[in-house]
Amino acid sequence: MSAKTDITLTINGRDHAIAVEPRRILADAIREDCGQTGTHIGCEHGICGSCTVIVDGEPVRSCLMFAVQAAGKKIRTVEGLADGDTLHPMQQAFMDNHGLQCGFCTPGFLMLAVGVLEREPDISDDDLLDVLSSNLCRCTGYQNIIKAVRAAAKAMRG
Amino acid sequence: MTAPAKFVGRSVPRLEDRPLLLGQGRFAADISFPGQWTMRVVRSAVAHGKIKSINAAAALKLPGVHAVWTADDVAHIPPIPFRLTGLKTLEPYRQPVLAKEVVRYVGEPVAVIFADEEYLAEDAAELVDVQIDPLRATLVCSDQPEFFDHVLSSEPGVIRKGYGDVEAAFRDAHAIVSLELSIGRHSGAPLETRGAIARYDEARDILEMHGAAKVPHWNRDTLAQMLGRKRESIQLFEGHVGGGFGIRGELYPEDILVCAAALKFRKPIKWIEDRREHLIAANHSREQQHKIRAAIDAQGHILGIDDEFFHDNGAYMRTHAATVPDLTAAMLPGPYVVPAYRAVGHIRLTNKTPCGTYRAPGRYESSFVRERLLDAIAGQVGVDKVEIRRRNLIGKSAMPYKLGLDTLGTHIVYDSGDYALLLDKALKSAGWDELQSALRKRRAAGEKVGAGVAMFVEKSGLGPFDTVRIEVKSDGSVEVVTGVASLGQGVETVVAQICADALGVNYSNIKVIHGQTDRIDKGMGAFASRVTVMCGEATRLAATKLRAELLEVAAGLMQSNADVLDLVGEQIVRRNFSSGPVLTLAELAREHAAPFSAEATFESAHMVYPYGVHIAAVRVDSDTGGITIERYAIAYDIGKAVNPKLVEGQIAGGLAQGLGGALFEEFLYDEHGEPLSVTFADYLMPTAHEIPELSILITEDAPSPLNPLGLKGAGEGGANPVGAAIASAIDDAIGRPGAVTRLPVSPQRLKALMAAR
Repeated sequence: MSAKTDITLTINGRDHAIAVEPRRILADAIREDCGQTGTHIGCEHGICGSCTVIVDGEPVRSCLMFAVQAAGKKIRTVEGLADGDTLHPMQQAFMDNHGLQCGFCTPGFLMLAVGVLEREPDISDDDLLDVLSSNLCRCTGYQNIIKAVRAAAKAMRG
Repeated sequence: MTAPAKFVGRSVPRLEDRPLLLGQGRFAADISFPGQWTMRVVRSAVAHGKIKSINAAAALKLPGVHAVWTADDVAHIPPIPFRLTGLKTLEPYRQPVLAKEVVRYVGEPVAVIFADEEYLAEDAAELVDVQIDPLRATLVCSDQPEFFDHVLSSEPGVIRKGYGDVEAAFRDAHAIVSLELSIGRHSGAPLETRGAIARYDEARDILEMHGAAKVPHWNRDTLAQMLGRKRESIQLFEGHVGGGFGIRGELYPEDILVCAAALKFRKPIKWIEDRREHLIAANHSREQQHKIRAAIDAQGHILGIDDEFFHDNGAYMRTHAATVPDLTAAMLPGPYVVPAYRAVGHIRLTNKTPCGTYRAPGRYESSFVRERLLDAIAGQVGVDKVEIRRRNLIGKSAMPYKLGLDTLGTHIVYDSGDYALLLDKALKSAGWDELQSALRKRRAAGEKVGAGVAMFVEKSGLGPFDTVRIEVKSDGSVEVVTGVASLGQGVETVVAQICADALGVNYSNIKVIHGQTDRIDKGMGAFASRVTVMCGEATRLAATKLRAELLEVAAGLMQSNADVLDLVGEQIVRRNFSSGPVLTLAELAREHAAPFSAEATFESAHMVYPYGVHIAAVRVDSDTGGITIERYAIAYDIGKAVNPKLVEGQIAGGLAQGLGGALFEEFLYDEHGEPLSVTFADYLMPTAHEIPELSILITEDAPSPLNPLGLKGAGEGGANPVGAAIASAIDDAIGRPGAVTRLPVSPQRLKALMAAR
């Protein structure tokens, strides 16, 4: 145990003033201290990607980042994707393509895919497969996730 | 009279998706209560040994650490009982809630910490000094049995199944084909780890457990029995569940510990498993070694099968007891005519994580063994692998087919099937003949490419019953309450589709409540691909009843006769009249003094048996032993698909898990019983890269005669014969029939196989 540090996490445009131990991982801070439980923790080893969030435009595994490292940065989580009642094109595409079953890995995949497509809208199918291979899903067998992300890529390009 | 089908058979969007996509799911870790304490488990670091001492003094000194429990603190709680296939002889091998005197696997709970929050609890767990005198670890299940304790052997039981004159079959055989085969140690490993949150409400004298899954009602009753409480005073709540696959929702030591602690400390107690814990503490599955022989005639017809196998159940008998070896023995004959059959399955305990079921339990294993045997028979007789299967298939005219074996308390009777027809369809849809000639050309050019085929019979729809209650709310919406559970497979959507058609409303106007023991007194839960079949038919029955009552009451209000009325899209209308007064369901509900409600129970003494064909084409890299799956095709007869897209989803997901077990996943141990697969970097689950594009052919040629919709289950057919199909394809690719005898076929193993020629 060690003393807590005061930091401000900016999640989906809203500031959360919290006090955390330096060792507290970002995923725990987002979930427990800021109450945004849409970000899921699947392994805490940086392998499964369920906890993927977007920090300053980059998809990151929030189990591999300390909360203090994210202070002052712009954090986006799954709760910030939809526009009011309207789903983000990526969320809609997952629904349309049956890209989720239990839904536990889904927020991580959504943030991974959105983060990458915002940066690289014309990503090739091969590169996209490489990116999507960085997260684990145990229900779908991935094909519908790939279909969903390709459909969303098209929709996001407009 | 029922309305014409409008939802059953259509791939309508899932009702479950929206909250999950918005990040508004309620998974176990998302549930918290004010003032809760966290529980952290101190686990054995030794595979087998005598506990000398446990000293928690340093842990208890940390501010915010409230208590540490060891076996003495839970001495009043009995070991965890069996849920299925609980043979009496297995009872002394049940797992205690906390290890007492002896530890039997790395990961076994020896103590628990209760503290203010999880980081602190983990710190405290590291300060607990556990002294253990190591004993020799048993790690190979086919070695001579050892001692479990001073008295009992490490072979708790032997499964024996069979029929016919096996001796005569082998005596009269034209030839005998023998194989030794083994399957690695795998597990479902859902992406959400386990979790349980208990709290005691003194005012109502109710103990609540949140994070329940799979079989909440059974777990409620068992917790009541173990904790000495009335079952009415315990309520279990299922939230969202991040995948099940057999492993999640069984009653584990941690579930009992949070409940006992909530009662003792009068504080909400929360436990969330971490991934390392999950991989060493939650059920493993699959590990078996088989010695199998077939007696055949000159044409390769099977005259008899004789199988002896060793089932590595890990350190204890958990809730599934003998389920997996029992299913292995019972389902091994598969879709073929086997006139005489004998299986002897040795249940063996080792110093590894205890076992339970994993998607297609016993069938992933026995399909690998049986289909390897069929390939070997083909080689012996000199015909191709498709022809040998065709020659041995059970004919359509033999249905229903009494296998002559029992499992899960039921006689196995294949209810319907046209296996040869599905084989033809599968081969045609996969372009088998063209594939064969293309592969021949490529092999001639030096490539190591090949194709495999495997067939199987699945089981689904295990009874004995399911009960459903349907209510029309005052706003005209419909609520279906069931005792089944959801593990993420789409239960709400499928049940709503069936209800919608039988009742005459829109499926999206139906709310399906499941996994809440306070809402319905009885329930069987979700396992054995039972939900769509059992709950589906109970729903249809209840909805039909409710519809009749609604029309009867409406007839009174509309001064009409019930049999000229219809319920269509939430409106009561007169048949054959395009206009005229209509009554909405909401109006009808408001007019009626008591809420409209109907309950029905579907009972079934027999399971239903879907079946399928898997076809795989692979390429092997000679230098690395790497295996690329170029194509994969699955044909599956489901009787009746309620939602084809969800059926395909089940099959695709099952395939991914099957491929994991065939090529990548394995729990390995060192010679002292130290687990080597403790993260997802060691236990390699497939990623998007490893899963091939899949073609799925769903057929409805053999609806089940055991329920009016003809339903059969979808959950396990994607996984069932994957090891078999891949092994067959690898043999073909490397030109070495029978080369693959062990799963998973890792690149290292395949390279060694190729080098050993």
